[in-house]
Amino acid sequence: MVTRMKILIVEDDIEAAAYLAKAFREAGIVSDHASDGESGLFMASENAYDVLVVDRMLPRRDGLSLITELRRRGIHTPVLILSALGQVDDRVTGLRAGGDDYLPKPYAFSELLARVEVLGRRKGMPDQDMVYRVGDLELDRLSHSVRRQGKEIPLQPREFRLLEYLMKNAGQVVTRTMLLENVWDYHFDPQTNVIDVHVSRLRSKIEKDFDPPLLRTVRGAGYMIKDDRTADA
Amino acid sequence: MSKVGVLFRTTAVRLSALYLVLFSLCAVFLVFYVTGMSERLLQQQTREGIAVEAAQIEDIYERAGVNGLLRSLERRARQPGANLYVIAGPSGEILAGNVAGLEPGLLDDEGWTSEPFHYRRFTDENRTGNHVALAQVLLLDNGLRILVGRDLQEPEKFRVLVRQALVVALGIMGLGALVIWFGIGRNALRRIDRMSEASTKIMAGDLSQRLPTSGSGDEFDRLSESLNAMLGRIEKLNEGLKQVSDNIAHDLKTPLTRLRNKAEAALASKEGGNQNGALEEIIGESDQLIRTFNALLMISRVEAGSAVAEMSDVDLSGILADCVELYEPVAEEGALRLEADVQPGIVVAGNRELIGQALGNLIDNAIKYAEGAENPLIRVEMKKSGANVVLKVADHGPGVPENMRDEVVKRFVRLDESRTKPGTGLGLSLVEAVMEMHHGSLDLSATEPDGKGLTVRLVFPAGVT
Repeated sequence: MVTRMKILIVEDDIEAAAYLAKAFREAGIVSDHASDGESGLFMASENAYDVLVVDRMLPRRDGLSLITELRRRGIHTPVLILSALGQVDDRVTGLRAGGDDYLPKPYAFSELLARVEVLGRRKGMPDQDMVYRVGDLELDRLSHSVRRQGKEIPLQPREFRLLEYLMKNAGQVVTRTMLLENVWDYHFDPQTNVIDVHVSRLRSKIEKDFDPPLLRTVRGAGYMIKDDRTADA
Repeated sequence: MSKVGVLFRTTAVRLSALYLVLFSLCAVFLVFYVTGMSERLLQQQTREGIAVEAAQIEDIYERAGVNGLLRSLERRARQPGANLYVIAGPSGEILAGNVAGLEPGLLDDEGWTSEPFHYRRFTDENRTGNHVALAQVLLLDNGLRILVGRDLQEPEKFRVLVRQALVVALGIMGLGALVIWFGIGRNALRRIDRMSEASTKIMAGDLSQRLPTSGSGDEFDRLSESLNAMLGRIEKLNEGLKQVSDNIAHDLKTPLTRLRNKAEAALASKEGGNQNGALEEIIGESDQLIRTFNALLMISRVEAGSAVAEMSDVDLSGILADCVELYEPVAEEGALRLEADVQPGIVVAGNRELIGQALGNLIDNAIKYAEGAENPLIRVEMKKSGANVVLKVADHGPGVPENMRDEVVKRFVRLDESRTKPGTGLGLSLVEAVMEMHHGSLDLSATEPDGKGLTVRLVFPAGVT
């Protein structure tokens, strides 16, 4: 990544915050920490962050009210809400308060990282591209067509949306839950490897007759679409 | 407080007392009115009779003189049930007639006696007359005074009779009311006593107690029934809560122990590669634990009804189609065929995420257990049936033995044969909780006549379409 991402973690559990800070640093993300809602609000208003990671239950000012107040002040930094609640209705209230994403505790750090990266990038570049390109793979969002090396690849509507989401976040890890949420618009636990099966179907369509492989599995995290040649260069 | 004191404080008794007072007032008024009216009517008739007779007497006197008058009066006085006749001198002394004594001064003025007066008969023993009559006094030109009157005993008797009847009737009414009060009030009190007795037991912690009902469907029963329904709900929630904590204690300890063992083994192991593998296993194990935990919480949240707030009209056909589409490749990978026959456009009041999770669980189960079955078909169908929407997921896997069908819906219950498959043992419990929240139902049956295969049937009440 060209510029390092800077985030603010608002979390009252010092130990958890320290663990998060360390894990983010290892992933190349700089983080500040606030341990209550008021100081979180102050820091988020005074400094420019790429993403705020806000625990829902905080001393002195709870997470939802922090977000509402930030939005009222015209600060639109993307916010990811962490919550031990995590039921269907909690997600809805969280997003309604102005949060951009919602992750129930306990979570895998890889899940949090992937979501923070996606949120941080969303801020930088408004999504106006009509055509996504990764290597020699091309996805045209207007005509709903996919080509590789100039050859049209027919896809089912859902496969198209899956690829669209992956390519929109090219170079970034996308987790299975993120795919279920964004491609299927469900937030439930699918029990089995449903997403994997869909991804491998898609993979066989876009990679069977072509080289090099673009869509790869990131162990323990999810998937990423990336052209290694451009990335390595 | 005394028993009667308590009794008087019941609504039934108060109301009937008020009713009794009002009714008595009405009855008294009515009786007085009726007797008064009939008395006046009778007096009227009496006066008319007297007037006619007086006219006759005047006529006789004019035609036949004093002697003729005396003869006529004598004859008239002798008749049974005769009127009263008095012939008196100019100064008022009684000369002849069938009256023994009169109130003094009665004969002074000609015309009607102003009021009914008392007189004495010859048969009376005491000196004061206790008979009452109405009369007209005639003044003849020779100074004689004639009194023509009629006894008012009959109307008087009538009035006494009616008043007696009234007293008796009021007495009976009062007594009756007392008895009814006592009956109703005591009955009400007894039922309330029983209700508070039951509530005391419930407060003491016996949530299985229910308030008694009489089966008559009256207001007490209705109250008891709704309170009982409330108790049922509380009991269920309480049980759910208890079950969750039992489950956490029992079923979550096992995987936690496993987790710990793995971590210990990894720590003891000297080889780095081994450790990495162990750590991955530990993460997998934790994920499974988290999943179980989430499912448990979700079930109790759904059972507590807190997600009801997020209910809206949802496209059930759409959700089912999404789920089928989501799982179809998985089925295919397991060499199964997922076939769907879904009536489009079915809308129910519900929560999209929860229904999605429930249907996902069902299809996932079907795929998981039908893998390797002779008949690879998994059939999903949904159609409207009357006021309901019936949704079926049918597989041809090993099925669930009839005696276990109620069991497998319970939390953490898994058939022995299925323990090797991945899963939390909570899938069907969640489906059941979700169905209950949607006022629907869940039942299990065999797909094939020989008992093989599992068909899960969900019934939703149809919403507005």
